[in-house]
Amino acid sequence: MYILKLYVTGHTPRSERAIYNLYQLCDKYLTGNYQITVIDVAEYPEIAEREKILATPTVIRELPLPRRRLVGDLSDAERVISALDLKVSPVSRGAESVEGD
Amino acid sequence: MSLEKLPTYITGFDHIANGGLPKNRVTLLSGTAGSAKTVFACNFLAQGVLHGEAGVFVTFEEPPEDIRRNMLGFGWQITQWEAENRWAFVDVSHPLDDQIAVGSYDFGGLLARIEYAVRRLNAKRLVMDSVSALFSRFTDHGTVRTELVRLISAFKQLGLTALVTSERDSEYGTVARHGVEEFVADNVIILRNVLEDEKRRRTVEILKFRGATHQKGEFPFTVTPQEGIVVIPLSAIELKQQSSNMRISSGNPELDRMCGGGFFRDSIILVSGATGTGKTLVATTFLAGGAAHGERCLLFAFEESREQLFRNAIGWNVDFERMESEGLLRVVAEYPKIGALEEHLIRIKAEIAQYRPMRVAIDSLSALERIGTQRGFREFVISLTSFIKHQEIAGLFTATTPNLLGGTSITEAHISTITDSIILLRYVELYGEMRRGLTVLKMRGSIHDKDIREFSIDDKGMHIGKPFRNVSGILSGQFVYRSKSELDRLEGLFADDVEIAED
Repeated sequence: MYILKLYVTGHTPRSERAIYNLYQLCDKYLTGNYQITVIDVAEYPEIAEREKILATPTVIRELPLPRRRLVGDLSDAERVISALDLKVSPVSRGAESVEGD
Repeated sequence: MSLEKLPTYITGFDHIANGGLPKNRVTLLSGTAGSAKTVFACNFLAQGVLHGEAGVFVTFEEPPEDIRRNMLGFGWQITQWEAENRWAFVDVSHPLDDQIAVGSYDFGGLLARIEYAVRRLNAKRLVMDSVSALFSRFTDHGTVRTELVRLISAFKQLGLTALVTSERDSEYGTVARHGVEEFVADNVIILRNVLEDEKRRRTVEILKFRGATHQKGEFPFTVTPQEGIVVIPLSAIELKQQSSNMRISSGNPELDRMCGGGFFRDSIILVSGATGTGKTLVATTFLAGGAAHGERCLLFAFEESREQLFRNAIGWNVDFERMESEGLLRVVAEYPKIGALEEHLIRIKAEIAQYRPMRVAIDSLSALERIGTQRGFREFVISLTSFIKHQEIAGLFTATTPNLLGGTSITEAHISTITDSIILLRYVELYGEMRRGLTVLKMRGSIHDKDIREFSIDDKGMHIGKPFRNVSGILSGQFVYRSKSELDRLEGLFADDVEIAED
């Protein structure tokens, strides 16, 4: 199971792009074995403070370990796949949720 | 109309800033590594906290735990202030090694955190230290620039007076690395830490305050454990001097007469002469004269030890020990520390402020001159003299000339225009015998004796005698004797006696 947290600032085109790109890639490569939480730092600044978020969008891969961190609108699919190490997995489709969006 | 200023309460800085930092604006604080940027920035926030204004510190380099610990030395209880919601860190110091950039991004996370902290504390002051780190962390410098501009306009909207620090590569090169000054701030302050004649010298310069006035040029500053940054504002203090017509005794009636009735109450007297001509004696007499009138006296001795000074004084019939026990004298004897003129200045000022003397003597200024740069020394003297005059007390400084005969000291050349009175002590060779001569070279605002008078020293102190009539060229050390024969000499002496009697 991939646990991904996506930190964005408001409903800007950049935020929308990052959300769209991340879902596209996960759908394609993780076939349901993932959970994405979208957090708007403008709405939850204390979470941004705790997670020491500087740039937005930022994706943190919480699981599998080790934690990985990626910034940007995720427009380069090749690099996102390699940076987050998104691999096709045979495990059944997991739950999806969207928070704070 | 000039912009409103926010007092920093950093000692001396508000003088040169004509009131403080431009309020609700961002000021860039640029300096090389080790130029005390972080201390300055912390001082700005700490003074805010102490004056009831909360502050937010955004740190890109030093982790908060280091800052908390380092600033304890100045007595700034940051941990406690954090608990009281008077100080908050926005910690961006942890290098995110695992961070990779894919596509475009902004600093929305940072901005949200800063806004959160500012609103939570109702902060009025903000520090960002140092923005140069952002450029090394993010390769897309275009984005860093755009985002910094966005942050800065947000600071203004939040009603903050902000200090943003930046690295410089050299002391007299471009204002800041990455051209930060071009887009960050309308206001620029530069901190310098210059090596000059093998001595370190810290200065602060306000390069620009858009739409507001400030003092121009570099001003020396130092970092002290008690106060943090202490700026020494020369131009600002010079204006305040008043001048009094009240006379005080030099401690020697004859010297008082030569000066037209004594020294002025709030004046600075320079006593210059070669080694052994009696400078310390003049200073001792000056202090004894004060104590005799029940005035408290303060002596800073940089050449002789306390024991030596007390022994000398006894030899001239002045009892320092008794003066001390009567609470009329305080002696501070120490060896001047190399490269620490500003520290000496602060120390001297603190002693004066605490002891509240009517008279201050410094023996000798030349000892202090050797430890600083020429410019630094001049600034030291200007600052010290204005401070002393501002207290409406009298100061007597001694200066040593390098040559035994004639000549002027470097000290004298630097400060003669600053002092009100100058007394020269000279050796005079008279027919194979060394005598001592004394003259009042300058006495601002008063008539004075223009003669070069002989003076002698014995176990009762100093005695001023007759003028040298038969020898000239004493000041230059190139003696010319007017009369050669013994008979002429005696006649000359007789003539002198007549003249004195007429006086």
